[in-house]
Amino acid sequence: MTTIVLRGGQLLDRSGRRSGDVLIDRETGRIIEVGPGLSGDDVLDATGCVVTPGFVDLHVHFREPGDEVAETIMSGSRCAARGGFTAVVAMPNTDPCTDSASVINEVLARGASALCEVRPAGALTVGREGRALAPMAELATLGVRIFTDDGNGLQDDRLMRRALEYAGSIVTDDGVPVVVAQHCEVASLSAGGVMHEGEWSARLGLGGQPAEAEELMVMRDIALARMTGTRVHFQHLSTAGSVAMVRAAKAGGLPVTAEVTPHHLSLTDASCAGFDPVFKVHPPLRTEADVAALRAGLHDGTIDAIATDHAPHAPETKEHPFDQAPPGMLGLETALAVVLADAGVSLDQAVALLSWQPAAIAGLADRHGRPIAPGEPANLAVFDPEHSWTVRGAESASNSDNTPFEGRTLNGRVRHTIHAGEPVVIDFEATR
Amino acid sequence: MKHLLTIGDLDRGELEELLDHADRFAEVLTRSVPKVPALRGRTVVLAFFEDSTRTRSSFDVAARRLSADVINFSAGASSLNKGESLRDTVETIHAMGIDAMVVRHRSSGAPHRIAEWIDASIVNAGDGWHQHPTQALLDSYVLRKRLGSLDGRHIAIVGDIAHSRVARSDIEAFTALGARVTLVGPTTLLPPTLSPWNVEVAHDLDAVIGDLDAIYLLRIQNERLAEPLIPSNREYRDRFGLTAARARRLRADAVICHPGPMNLGVEIDREVTANDDRVAVLDQVAAGVPVRMAVLFNVIGHGRFDDTPSGGDEPVPAETNEVHS
Repeated sequence: MTTIVLRGGQLLDRSGRRSGDVLIDRETGRIIEVGPGLSGDDVLDATGCVVTPGFVDLHVHFREPGDEVAETIMSGSRCAARGGFTAVVAMPNTDPCTDSASVINEVLARGASALCEVRPAGALTVGREGRALAPMAELATLGVRIFTDDGNGLQDDRLMRRALEYAGSIVTDDGVPVVVAQHCEVASLSAGGVMHEGEWSARLGLGGQPAEAEELMVMRDIALARMTGTRVHFQHLSTAGSVAMVRAAKAGGLPVTAEVTPHHLSLTDASCAGFDPVFKVHPPLRTEADVAALRAGLHDGTIDAIATDHAPHAPETKEHPFDQAPPGMLGLETALAVVLADAGVSLDQAVALLSWQPAAIAGLADRHGRPIAPGEPANLAVFDPEHSWTVRGAESASNSDNTPFEGRTLNGRVRHTIHAGEPVVIDFEATR
Repeated sequence: MKHLLTIGDLDRGELEELLDHADRFAEVLTRSVPKVPALRGRTVVLAFFEDSTRTRSSFDVAARRLSADVINFSAGASSLNKGESLRDTVETIHAMGIDAMVVRHRSSGAPHRIAEWIDASIVNAGDGWHQHPTQALLDSYVLRKRLGSLDGRHIAIVGDIAHSRVARSDIEAFTALGARVTLVGPTTLLPPTLSPWNVEVAHDLDAVIGDLDAIYLLRIQNERLAEPLIPSNREYRDRFGLTAARARRLRADAVICHPGPMNLGVEIDREVTANDDRVAVLDQVAAGVPVRMAVLFNVIGHGRFDDTPSGGDEPVPAETNEVHS
């Protein structure tokens, strides 16, 4: 047996904070003992740090298969690990997309040696084209629990109804229900839009995506969740109106959950003023009022999870004019520090939003976001709240460098990450 | 001024100074040899990533009148069609050794990006729906000539404001120069919000036309019909076209502008363009050359007008006022 001890940190999990060392068995990947004065074969210093359950990102783009220049499952998982994530849900918009068992198996196989657990989301419809249902039950037997056409909203009302009805009737071997997740964007309203429609799009002469393009689909899907009784998870909500509708739906007892991204909690459409496509993202960066509403949604529980929508793009693809560059930005390595700096939540709240709450949505609550206790899987992040660092895209573990926080100095960084008992990040650096 | 990217980058004093310089270059153009060596040895690239005849020719003439070497680059003949990024393309051009790049691009903000990538002066010759600053300067030049000053004048800009770089630039130039600007058109042709600008809106041209010192008609493009943002050209003309009947209600000393090319029978009737000396369209084209000379001189010229004796008849700095053929 080889053991590691996380020494000198403060432990933070669902039951609150306390002091203690954590002794981990590398072979079983489980926690052996928690308490003061523990010893092991290897020691990772956690003095001044907070030891938390590893984070779970419901929303990443790892580009493999299809665009390995931008990211691979391996490089993406390195970003995840450096951000303290021990599990991620990889979005389906690869090439080919994850609408078949063979592609799901391929992603699972490549993810097996990654630095975090990589769960592929299944495409909701064949080819993510919104015309016919993907073989959801078959993909569920491979462990897929989230289905989405992310990148596209499912436009057809009738097909969305059927997708929810069908998903709600899938029986999984572990009893964890599958979840339909929606990228809410009414395509006919957002068409031609490359940023938020408002004062800045008017000034800059760029086509806008109105907030209503998102909100109309949120409204429809709340109605369909009520109709079908099947859970809908709203991805990367970005507008005040969306937050208000989800809040009301939850108050009415409807089965809906929602995520927001760090960048929508931090940045506004004014960032686009210099036409730098690093700030181009879908849904677009919105207004101060929207940012304030998203933050309020974190506080009152309307928002269940923070998800990064980590979306690498090779540098050359961003060396085009704003309207021609692809949308998306990196997020995994900066997520917690940006949330703490800009989202107005405590570390305790942030960890809940990054760890056990998304773990429950993803169907990963048996092994991620767990209590820090003997016998539990050793999926842990060790966060140094005092560490000050400057974000540099070039220093990212990603194959790409499109961070919107370039040059920004952040306080707090994940120092060590343990995935299944293996130290995958030690002193801020990935171990492999 | 290193670049000219947007009108908003200039304050009133800078705008007026450019117009004053244009006046002096206009005098040069009346000489028997309408050419000065102000930019001798300087290289100007006309990088037109979108088709243009008038603006490109105007810049070409302006640069040659200043004795600059001019390189014409057009996207159709470039490696952009081979998948090269815009950055690689402009860095390649820059490596040939250039002083200024005049950029026309169908994407808003392309000149701003280029200004970050290469160390040359960038002059925006029209980017997407965003800005066309030299058009606004020449429009201001013509209006100033015809009206004496823009201060307190009421100017209506009529038509497709939403998709018009001319409108965005003109709004900023006219208001900076003290004019009162009213945008006229259906909401479908207006930007989603007008909060960035100090302008008024009218949906009824007839309600404002009698009060105008100048009316600026924008081109209606066929793709706006296809979208559709207006039901038909016929209905547009009925509501917003400068018909002969409407022109009669326009003040006798008012100015009629259009950036061209005009859709006769849509935004303006032939009867008006043919017979009405309030129409300043050819003045606008003519003003393009001295205005663009002033801009090019300002961004890459060797000296300043302040260096010349005031009231002197030399419109260019002392070291460059010999006239070359």
